[in-house]
Amino acid sequence: MSPLTYIMGLPLAMALILAVVPSEKRQFFRWGARMATLGSLLLAIYVFSAFDPPITDQPAPLPAQGTEESALENEYGYKFTQRVEWIPSLNIHYYVGVDGIGIVMVLMAALVAFAATCCAQEIRTREKEFYILLLLMTGGILGAFMSLDIFLMYFLHELALVPTFIMIGVWGRGQDKDFAAYKITLYLSLGALLTLAGVIMLYLQFGTFSLLSMMDHATQFAGTEAGAFSATEQNVIFALLMFGLGILVGLWPFHTWAPLGYGAAPTATAMMHAGVIKKFGLFMLIKVALPLLPQGAQTWLPILALLCLGNILYCGLVAMRQKDLNLLIGNSSVAHMGFVFLGIASVTTIGLTGAVMVMVAHGLLAGLAFGLSGYLYSQARTLDMEKLQGLLASMPFWGTLMIMALMAGCGLPGFANFAGELTVFFGAWKVYPVITTIGIWSALVIGAVYMLRAIRTLLHGMKGEQTPEVEDLKHWQRLPYALLVAVLLLFGFYPKLITDKISKSNATFEQAKKGQTPTEEATE
Amino acid sequence: MDLQLVSLEIGACLLGIMVLLVDLWTPAERKAQLGWWVAGGLVGVFCYSFTIFDQGTGTGATGYVKDSLAVYFQGYFVLSAVLVVLLTQSYAARIRSGISELYAFTCFALAGMSFAAGANSLVLLFVAVELITITFYVLTSFERHRLRSLEAGIKYLILGAASSAIMVFGIALIYGSTGALDFHGVARAANGLNDDSMMLLYQLGVLMTLGGLFFKLAAVPFQLWVPDVYQGAPTPVTTFLSTGSKAAGIVLILRLLADACPPLLGEAWLRQLLALMAAATILYGSLCALRQRNLKRLLGYSSIASAGFVLLGLVTLSDQGAQAVLFYLTAYVFGVVGAFTVISVVSEESSDEDISTLANLHQRSPLMATVLTLSIISLAGVPPLAGFMGKFALLRAAIDSVAVHPVMPWVIGAALVGVVISFYYYFTVIREIFWGKGRFWAEEAPSTEPLLCPRAAEVVLLTCLFGLIGLGLFPEPILFIAGEATEYLFSAN
Repeated sequence: MSPLTYIMGLPLAMALILAVVPSEKRQFFRWGARMATLGSLLLAIYVFSAFDPPITDQPAPLPAQGTEESALENEYGYKFTQRVEWIPSLNIHYYVGVDGIGIVMVLMAALVAFAATCCAQEIRTREKEFYILLLLMTGGILGAFMSLDIFLMYFLHELALVPTFIMIGVWGRGQDKDFAAYKITLYLSLGALLTLAGVIMLYLQFGTFSLLSMMDHATQFAGTEAGAFSATEQNVIFALLMFGLGILVGLWPFHTWAPLGYGAAPTATAMMHAGVIKKFGLFMLIKVALPLLPQGAQTWLPILALLCLGNILYCGLVAMRQKDLNLLIGNSSVAHMGFVFLGIASVTTIGLTGAVMVMVAHGLLAGLAFGLSGYLYSQARTLDMEKLQGLLASMPFWGTLMIMALMAGCGLPGFANFAGELTVFFGAWKVYPVITTIGIWSALVIGAVYMLRAIRTLLHGMKGEQTPEVEDLKHWQRLPYALLVAVLLLFGFYPKLITDKISKSNATFEQAKKGQTPTEEATE
Repeated sequence: MDLQLVSLEIGACLLGIMVLLVDLWTPAERKAQLGWWVAGGLVGVFCYSFTIFDQGTGTGATGYVKDSLAVYFQGYFVLSAVLVVLLTQSYAARIRSGISELYAFTCFALAGMSFAAGANSLVLLFVAVELITITFYVLTSFERHRLRSLEAGIKYLILGAASSAIMVFGIALIYGSTGALDFHGVARAANGLNDDSMMLLYQLGVLMTLGGLFFKLAAVPFQLWVPDVYQGAPTPVTTFLSTGSKAAGIVLILRLLADACPPLLGEAWLRQLLALMAAATILYGSLCALRQRNLKRLLGYSSIASAGFVLLGLVTLSDQGAQAVLFYLTAYVFGVVGAFTVISVVSEESSDEDISTLANLHQRSPLMATVLTLSIISLAGVPPLAGFMGKFALLRAAIDSVAVHPVMPWVIGAALVGVVISFYYYFTVIREIFWGKGRFWAEEAPSTEPLLCPRAAEVVLLTCLFGLIGLGLFPEPILFIAGEATEYLFSAN
């Protein structure tokens, strides 16, 4: 069995175990969930480090054996694969494996999941249900990042839908939590259904759900008429996937569920959703839509580039006006998705590498920011920035981390976000000069305005009159936050750690670029 | 005629009569316990009839056929009848007239459904439908002391009778134009029709017969009876209506279309009509369910929407579509029975079916809360449950037929919109379970007392739990059998 199966299976198995434990054993749920996600994290680190064996020990590459799939795995650089027949009638397999993009996403997801279970201490009622739902969500999204069967990918991602609804409803905060719960559910299900239609159409075109066979087929027939399907069909499927997945990510103008939902969600849910689950749409765009539908991409990506400006510019401006800390972080996180979309729309190796880097960096950052704001809420019972002032004095550790998180959000060098965003801009510059210029401007100026303003009101200055008494993070509580910041800095100072992995997915990028006109390729 | 061929039907009828007889010598307080015996008996009869099929007894020229399609549906009917009988047992306290009659009628209805599964001629089709419908007239109005139950019975009687009349007229037209009653004979004769007026009569006849069957299925525009009847009928009867009676309509439609109408299958208007009905049914059901507060009514509208999804599979007029329909139905039965069982237990305690009675259910009975949640999620079609696989198979078949059928994208669009709308009302039920505030018009907080679930209902709930998750994660066995059952249904023509 592939270690990936354990990474996904641990949280799911723990959810099953928790389901039969009597609900009085409250400590058991907390520790059970932490152990399971810690196990996943350690395994993910192992897989991450074992992904490239040191050259000296490397045995000669195995000749492609037997099945067609294993030959393709070698060709496209997938490792730790496992393939089991699941539903033969529908030609669906349990098929997992990771390439460079997959492994960095799995690592990021496991890291944020562990941090999220550690930050779930505010949950004091009905812990059993909460941790079961959280683990279901975690196992599902970890699995989605490692699926090589696109049905399985969709299936596992959808595991998060119902838990999100119940978690916001039961443990959420604020007056509007019911509204937020419905809104997030309806938007996400609409996006998911459009994606499902696209997935089924892909299957009918290629006759398989296996991502690798599809890639192989698309590579062979790229540019030829025979066997490849027509540009019209590509356009339809790409549109379904782009808008379906776009809704899941919060593409402007379908983003309004995100800030509202994150504002109302309990801390751990917001961390998982904003940090990890939202990245699934981008992941699937890069891994499925771009390489399989190069001609469709050519038609739709300029539109995506325009829409991403809505994310970067509009959501940035909206974030400037927020008085609630969570809404500010939520809107800024939607704005950051714009950079990823821009990187995707550029379809250059540099742009796509940057997009994946932003996905990883933003996952960690969103986890950190929502975790910190959740802790503040558990202390102060409000996130209204007009009532919360001068917190740095009473909460030095929390305040320092918050400053770092907000600074990372506006792209301070040293954090992984800076490296990623810069790479995206390099990649997108030649393809969309105007949009990139506006993007850079708004990233630097608008982002700086709201982040610095938040730092000024929230942290600096004297303690406000209405500010309640708050306590700083103590001892072990600091661990998840410190972990996230440490990794953000690590990837910021040494981005080669992830870019090396991402560059292993070159085949995906090369295939994606086939649809672009030769002139653009030449300009690189 | 080979009597062994119809052993399931005979067995079900005998079982029904036996229950009525045994009832005479059973003390009143133990009558409800008969349910265990009936359920066991049904399983036994089914297993016996299955061995007959295994021996390869083929068809007769009797208008009845026991092929793999018939056996699939008979298994389906027995499964839902067994679950309904067990549900009836836990409902017994609310039945003032004899509980044994309720068991007996369930058996008779099962016999009718089982005949429907194998009906191969218009006569048996009509007899089977009438056997089901007339039994249900009685069953719906079984709680005579409740006005709503009587109202439901009357409504079902009048509308059902009207639809039977239409259907029998249609059958007469088919017979008049083709001179045959068995499906294959009708198809042969219709293929040879070269008189335009006769062809018109034949088409009209087919449409009217289909209309009568769509009444069972509750497809728009034959859906008007559903909400009132579902709400008024005793909950076990409602359950059987939405699982058994509906499926009987579906198997008859499948056979009628595939065997008796090959000349029409290529006609664009038939597909367009079915497509229009599918879209209208899905949207009508989903939109009307939005504002319902009565749980049985809500599920009534949701069952209309499900009928629309079944139609989505039928529109494709392909083996793949039929396979998806069969699987969808099997997935559907666990969701519907699970939901109705919980509603039945909860509404007994509060003698109310308002959605607010579900408040605090997660605390009062974790088992019921879990099963109801999973049932509802499955009906909504969310992974990893059975309902998702059903909807996935249907969508796949529908999208596959886009190439041959230009109206299809619109129907699929309507279906997707319907699914998104349905999330709203399905998730409202989930909200009530987990954080409902109870009756907003009343002062007192909702009860938090533990809610006991009768043993029989517990068995039903565990079966549904198992079915929902099992079919969601491992749909292969059922998909395979469904594929076998529908292998040459449409492609044989």
